[in-house]
Amino acid sequence: MTSLTLLGATEGGLFDFDATLPLMAVQVVLLTFILNSLFFRPVGRVVEEREGYVTTTRAEAKKKLAQVEKLEGELRDQLKGARQAAQKLINDAEQDSDRLYREALALATAEANASREAARREIDSQRESALNQLKIDSEKLGDLIVQRLLAAQ
Amino acid sequence: MGTLPFIFPFAELEVGQHLYWQVGSLRLHGQVFMTSWIVIGALLTLVVVGTRKMDRDPRGVQNLLEFLWDYIRDLARTQIGEKAYRDWMPFIGTLFLFIFVSNWGGALVPWRLIKLPSGELGAPTADINTTVALALLVSLSYFYAGLSRKGLRYFEYYVHPTPIMLPFKIVEDFTKPLSLSFRLFGNILADELVVAVLVFLVPLVLPIPVMFLGLFTSAIQALIFATLAAYYIGEAVEEHH
Repeated sequence: MTSLTLLGATEGGLFDFDATLPLMAVQVVLLTFILNSLFFRPVGRVVEEREGYVTTTRAEAKKKLAQVEKLEGELRDQLKGARQAAQKLINDAEQDSDRLYREALALATAEANASREAARREIDSQRESALNQLKIDSEKLGDLIVQRLLAAQ
Repeated sequence: MGTLPFIFPFAELEVGQHLYWQVGSLRLHGQVFMTSWIVIGALLTLVVVGTRKMDRDPRGVQNLLEFLWDYIRDLARTQIGEKAYRDWMPFIGTLFLFIFVSNWGGALVPWRLIKLPSGELGAPTADINTTVALALLVSLSYFYAGLSRKGLRYFEYYVHPTPIMLPFKIVEDFTKPLSLSFRLFGNILADELVVAVLVFLVPLVLPIPVMFLGLFTSAIQALIFATLAAYYIGEAVEEHH
């Protein structure tokens, strides 16, 4: 092998090229292949498998989350419907009871009015009859007084 | 450059001295290979320990490996683009890890405790042969990436906005490996030298901040090399319209 010495004597020197160069190149190429099969490929496989696993798990989780959100929405709708139905029921019941109360009140008022009216009417008639009686009595008495007075003279 | 005379055992400064191995007619820098094998061994041990039992819930070393993998993937993806980064991620990652562990190994391990007959152990990236080898690999890869993805249409890149760019783009093909290799080599070697000189001059306390700076530089250089390699590949595979 020819040695190309730029510095120093024929032997040695900083720029002493010899068979070290090609052999080192061969060594590095071999190291590349060895590291490729021992390091880059296995580690790459593991890392990429993990990346794949993480991606699929994430996608699954996202899908599940969407499902949960959908279910939640449905349940919320159902809950809203149930609440509305309950509210309607309560309103109906309130209205019913109100109506019943009003009806009962009206009936009772009417009855009371009627009985009051009847009582008034009875009182009136009784008073009238009493007045009539009084009138008759008073006339009778008056007649009697007049007769007595006339008789006494 | 010879050996400077030193009195401190850790402060010996040797530049441009190598431990030569003769394999057939080939001459090798033994110290570079020794440390590079330690670096590769450390990397492989870490990887084997971390990937032995991998789970969907990471534990222990698997966390570190996944962090590294993620970091390298982001680096490759931002520079190369979504379409082609998978093919080049191992190469970019190997460059990053090898350079990073080499640099930090060179800075953190007290190699000087191990005596060699000649030269000294240190970061493999402090040897020009290693960095040029890495840079040439990057050049080959971006040519291969462009040609394999776009065929001969790859050469449209050379005249892309206007044909005036042609000479500049051709020059770039030479400056890219040159700057890549010399940046890494220069930074790591300079860091080792600065620490060695400081240890020689003031053996106490003062070198420590410089050592931390060296760790920082080492990490940055690994990142720069890997990022630029990815950028060049990304440039080659990019579709012009």
